[in-house]
Amino acid sequence: MGDRPADIRIRDFEEVDTGLSPGEAIAEAERCIQCKKPLCVTGCPVCIDIPAFIHKVAEGDFRGAARALKEQNMLPAICGRVCPQETQCEGACVLGIKATPIRIGALERFVADWERQDGVELPKTARPTGKRVAVVGSGPAGLTAAADLARAGHTVTIFESLHEAGGVLTYGIPAFRLPEDVVRAEIDQVLDLGVRLKKNHLVGRSVSVDELLGYDAVFLATGAGLPAFMGIPGENYNGVYSANEFLTRVNLMHADAFPEFDTPVLHGGRVAVIGGGNVAMDAARVARRMGAKVFLVYRRREEDMPARKAEVLHAKEEGIEFLTCTNPTRILGEGGCVFGLECVEMSLCDLDASGRPSPEPIPGSEFTLDVDMVIQAIGTGPNPLLVSLIPGLERARRGNVIVDENGRTSIPHVYAGGDIATGAATVIEAMGSAKRAAAAINEMLSEE
Amino acid sequence: MKRLYKVELATKLADRVYEYWISAPQVAQHARAGQFLILRLHEKGERIPLTISAVRGDAVRVIFMTVGKTTQELATLRAGDSIMDVAGPLGKPSEIASYGTCCVVGGGVGIASMPLIVEELKAAGNHVIGIIGARSADLLILEDELRGICDEVYITTDDGSKGVHGFAADVLKELLGERAIDRVWIIGPAIMMKVTSGVTAPYGVKTYVSLNPIMVDGTGMCGSCRVTVGGETKFACVDGPEFDAHQVDFAELMQRQRIYTGQEKVSLERFAEHQCRCGEGGDHHG
Repeated sequence: MGDRPADIRIRDFEEVDTGLSPGEAIAEAERCIQCKKPLCVTGCPVCIDIPAFIHKVAEGDFRGAARALKEQNMLPAICGRVCPQETQCEGACVLGIKATPIRIGALERFVADWERQDGVELPKTARPTGKRVAVVGSGPAGLTAAADLARAGHTVTIFESLHEAGGVLTYGIPAFRLPEDVVRAEIDQVLDLGVRLKKNHLVGRSVSVDELLGYDAVFLATGAGLPAFMGIPGENYNGVYSANEFLTRVNLMHADAFPEFDTPVLHGGRVAVIGGGNVAMDAARVARRMGAKVFLVYRRREEDMPARKAEVLHAKEEGIEFLTCTNPTRILGEGGCVFGLECVEMSLCDLDASGRPSPEPIPGSEFTLDVDMVIQAIGTGPNPLLVSLIPGLERARRGNVIVDENGRTSIPHVYAGGDIATGAATVIEAMGSAKRAAAAINEMLSEE
Repeated sequence: MKRLYKVELATKLADRVYEYWISAPQVAQHARAGQFLILRLHEKGERIPLTISAVRGDAVRVIFMTVGKTTQELATLRAGDSIMDVAGPLGKPSEIASYGTCCVVGGGVGIASMPLIVEELKAAGNHVIGIIGARSADLLILEDELRGICDEVYITTDDGSKGVHGFAADVLKELLGERAIDRVWIIGPAIMMKVTSGVTAPYGVKTYVSLNPIMVDGTGMCGSCRVTVGGETKFACVDGPEFDAHQVDFAELMQRQRIYTGQEKVSLERFAEHQCRCGEGGDHHG
């Protein structure tokens, strides 16, 4: 088992990594030395008892492993696939100092996939408290908070503006990295705890702010879905997409299967994707699967890319051409359509505030990349719509909701977590902040 | 658990123009003038934006012309049929206030947007003049309804088959020359909005147009609907859909409306073929 060959997988949207077999999982789990003070757990934003679940896997008790995982995480099949383990649990694993760390992510995924096939066991929920909690947004943060709040016995309603739940898990991350049925199954597990899901409800528009604030507690998890554009000339030509739009058309609306599905998307012959994060890798690899020659344009070095290592590796294996230390300056077009991307090479000199070298354009190094489509994956900002409509909700300059370490906002019974509070981050960080907020909400509601 | 949105009433108003009342409580209860909804017919459907034309109880009215595959398919639905998803109301409401005399201009199926705007302007104490224009008399919609709520109504047809022979812009220009008009709304095809708003510019009258670029989510998440207004990029779905007409880059809007012309044709032909086959077999499945 492992990764499917690149030349095969670029022809479909099936999962790249086929996962571990039971034998492989047990063998991997047996390598764990069961540290007394496990560093892996401190590296986990949702504090999974990693040694405990791995111990169960080593014993071949996959059901027990699933129970241990779900103590802290209701979305293990998702996390096992998309967490940046190399900077979290696996990065902290002591075995990594001298050899290879335990493949915790692969084991987490194995256990969750096993449980999904063998029959899902729902965690127990507490006696109903009679308290009503509104969760706005059904992405990783919203689902996580909803699960924890439902388990505590509260009546939870999730409001989702789209026609499908899952947020970025559904519209953003492509199927070859996170299959749709995996996402649906884990969302269903959350709903099976008794959580109500109201799709097609955009809070602030379909649900008034007054109605929202009428709940006993509110958890805002509206995410960072506002796509940033570079602000370079030519951005509104047909054939220029935000990664959000391109990925939404394909992942949520299945435009890759047009005309079987009604939503269209342009098929570029030569596509430039701008950015170096996971979203850029996703967009590049989707475009590749739709038949394009793809260039990934990033202003820093490959080692500075914020994407997961596996995604960078997979993208390269699939034939994505990396143009690093390169920055786009203008999109060239005619008759509204794109025919090129003007770029400049960058030199990397001093370290900036983020500890990364700050890129500076090299005079005279301008060149034009021959492309007919450009996808910008340079980041997203907090969704401004709802949070700007709530009077008295304090926000930072960049638009994110200001919260304390427990997700408390400037309004007493309103909490926020995930990207709307932290700015764009990872799935698991969103879940971590949601868990802390859910705990604080539980505490508040039990005091009343 | 699928929530389905029921078609309560489906009426053909004119050639290729349909009026549908759809039950969508969360939309109906909050809809304001100038806002739109997004619907998706079924699992394989696309999300298309339609202006909310009127509200009655838990139902909203949309009026559309069959131009692409989705509108054609929508037009096959009958009362009692269901639509898989309806989301809204979306977009900022119209800037309604007490201005004095307001003129609301509708072109073709854009007339559908007028009733809510007129009603709210009237409720705010304005004298409201409606101008409705179409290619010919048989394509004029909502004439009686608008006569019932506007203080004055003017009619134009391109072919002279009813009302003034000419364009809405001609009537608007005449009115502007005769009396003080404080605000103007223009809703219609992009080219009609561009031409008609050109008339108000010399008079310095604040003019709103309702833009209709291609959208996906309609909540500010994808940027498909970006338009240039006053030199800045705006998202029509959340920053609009109404903008100051004199600041809008209409050429870019019209360019971006044509992104998928090729695919739209493929989709439409495929649908026509399907309808044809079903028709032969006597199957009325939409």
